Amino acid sequence: MKRETPSMHNRVNRRLFSAGLGAGLVAGTAPFNIVRAQGAALKIAVILPRSGYLAPAGQSCHRGALIAPKVLSDYGYKVELIHIDCESNADVARTQAERAINDGAQAVVGAFDSASTLAIAQVCEQRKIPFVVNIGASPQLTEQGYKFLVRNFPTGGMLVTNGLKLIKDELAATKLDAKTAVFLHANDNFGTAQRAAMDKIFPAAGMPFQLLESIAYDPKAQDLSVEVTKVRALNPDLLIVVTRAADAIKMVRDMVRQRFEPKGIISPGSPGLYDEEFYQALGPLADYAMYNLPWANPKSQMTQALEAAFKPANPGFRFPVECFNVGFTFEALLVAATAFKKAGTTDGTELMKAVRATDIAEHVMIGPAIKFDDKGQNVGIPSAAVQNLHRTPTVTLPADVATATPTLPIPGWQKRT
Amino acid sequence: MNLAIVLNVVIQGVLTGLMYGLMALGLSVIFGVVRVVNFAHGEFAVVAMYATYLLFVGLGLDPLISLVPIAIAFFAIGYVLQITLVHRFVGRSEHEQFILLVGLAIIIVNGLLMIFGPDARPTNLPYSLDSFAIGPLFIDTARVYAAVAALLVSAALFAFFRYTSTGTAIRACADNLTGAGVVGLNVKRLYAVTFGIGLACVGAAGALMVTIADASPSLAQSFTLLAFTIVIIGGLGSMTGALIGGVLIGVSEAMASFFFAPSMKSMFSFALLVAVLVLRPQGLMGRRA
Repeated sequence: MKRETPSMHNRVNRRLFSAGLGAGLVAGTAPFNIVRAQGAALKIAVILPRSGYLAPAGQSCHRGALIAPKVLSDYGYKVELIHIDCESNADVARTQAERAINDGAQAVVGAFDSASTLAIAQVCEQRKIPFVVNIGASPQLTEQGYKFLVRNFPTGGMLVTNGLKLIKDELAATKLDAKTAVFLHANDNFGTAQRAAMDKIFPAAGMPFQLLESIAYDPKAQDLSVEVTKVRALNPDLLIVVTRAADAIKMVRDMVRQRFEPKGIISPGSPGLYDEEFYQALGPLADYAMYNLPWANPKSQMTQALEAAFKPANPGFRFPVECFNVGFTFEALLVAATAFKKAGTTDGTELMKAVRATDIAEHVMIGPAIKFDDKGQNVGIPSAAVQNLHRTPTVTLPADVATATPTLPIPGWQKRT
Repeated sequence: MNLAIVLNVVIQGVLTGLMYGLMALGLSVIFGVVRVVNFAHGEFAVVAMYATYLLFVGLGLDPLISLVPIAIAFFAIGYVLQITLVHRFVGRSEHEQFILLVGLAIIIVNGLLMIFGPDARPTNLPYSLDSFAIGPLFIDTARVYAAVAALLVSAALFAFFRYTSTGTAIRACADNLTGAGVVGLNVKRLYAVTFGIGLACVGAAGALMVTIADASPSLAQSFTLLAFTIVIIGGLGSMTGALIGGVLIGVSEAMASFFFAPSMKSMFSFALLVAVLVLRPQGLMGRRA
């Protein structure tokens, strides 16, 4: 028979005391976490490609992030941002996300490009840190079952669907009889996602023109002379493009050199044609390029507040040119800040629940309230048709938000002043 | 298939290849004589592009003119660099040389990023959007000028090595270092001159590259890789090989882009590289070791 000593029942040993003390501290201070969180700022790592080949867009997003704390503060949200450059490199993005979380980041926003965004998503998922995607269209971001990721940006498919519909509207509005088109796209993660969406959506979209060929190119190429020669050989009425800023410049230059003048240059939803770099490098040759993208709503008070903060902080940059990158980056921060205010805690799981339940009626970009579906995707983001007029992005469709009418066919290169 | 279009593509490839060739020439000259592989080659080319950009923006100097002062300045930089830094590593193990020059490359790229930022800087020349129309062919004016300039610089370099006493002495160093020392040649000075000439080639090539590409720090790595590919195809240390390799790469990239997919052009360059390494490891014009 086993003998039991009184001490086995009654003595509180060191291990038991420590466990009890720990549990007591956690239970006792939990309510104060909420109180403390409400007074403190949410620490957000903003990871963007501020150098490397995506730098122009990354810098533009960064300008949005820089002015965001003040604007958010005016709306009653407190955020503290850690600005990180992922150098247009997915490996660097992954490493920097790890480092930022180790340094205390409680949420992550980024990363403009889908490859880097995917790398960060894996880190955030492992570390249970909410990740709000500002820009990144690759469908797989919200198709891989990530629980700590939401995207307030259209997927490639949404962009192409909206973009093709708007192209149809543009052709109808200008009565342009376009019979053929070539699709020229960058072969990076975003470009290939757009290509996949085009391949899937175009055949059933009922477009009035035939797609002769899709041509992929390296966006880091020094020039696009051969690519343009290939397009010229096909002689399409429309050139449909998915570009970045640097390669969009090269494309137009080579079109001018080879005297190739399509009736329209239209992007179904990509950057490049509205970057300041594009206007600076090409001057009047930048005009009349069209792109169908979600755009800032000039009638929103929050957009006006953002623009008012942007101007003095960035005297060398124009808000109408930057509003796409600035607007989506600001909105990603707004989503995180709103969730933090609602959750009242920096605990990743609780914060993520609040992020998933986002419902923000007043925001910057056009469209209905920001909400996420079960996959973490905002499915309600519409596009507008925007055309470069006098080196300024100008909304031409839909008519209710347009400030000008679309111009097609575009004037020849030699007719620009 | 429209033959005129194909011919257009081939011509563009040859013109671009001549500029590539000039850039690779510098790498080949340095390796052929000093036996040091310049892993900062592309970075120096990008520095030259920025210098050309600044001279154009500040003084309105056309790159075809500014390539002369830039090549001279790069010669001086190369000379000093060799005497003060690189010479200490001549004869040391390859990995030490590698670390030195890769370190230099990292410093250059990050220095450029700090000074100029990541945005590409275009040099908008009055003729940069012009083209020569020859029947159905459209050939870029800037590319033609740059290719002719690249040929002239290469010819001048060939003449220097062939007809000057310094050039002959440098060739002697490359052929038989011990013999060169025995006959009293100042090897250290000749190495410095060679490194200077190598960088002058890069300077000139960088100046010409702005006619077809915007200056950007992100170009540096791809230039280094390109120069290596060309030099290995042409034959390490062979000047003629560098030029032929440049043209081969230029044309193969252009043809691959046209007949297959533009995004596959690098694959063809590297396939060419692998083929040369397998079939003729010393390169097309290289001498068997």
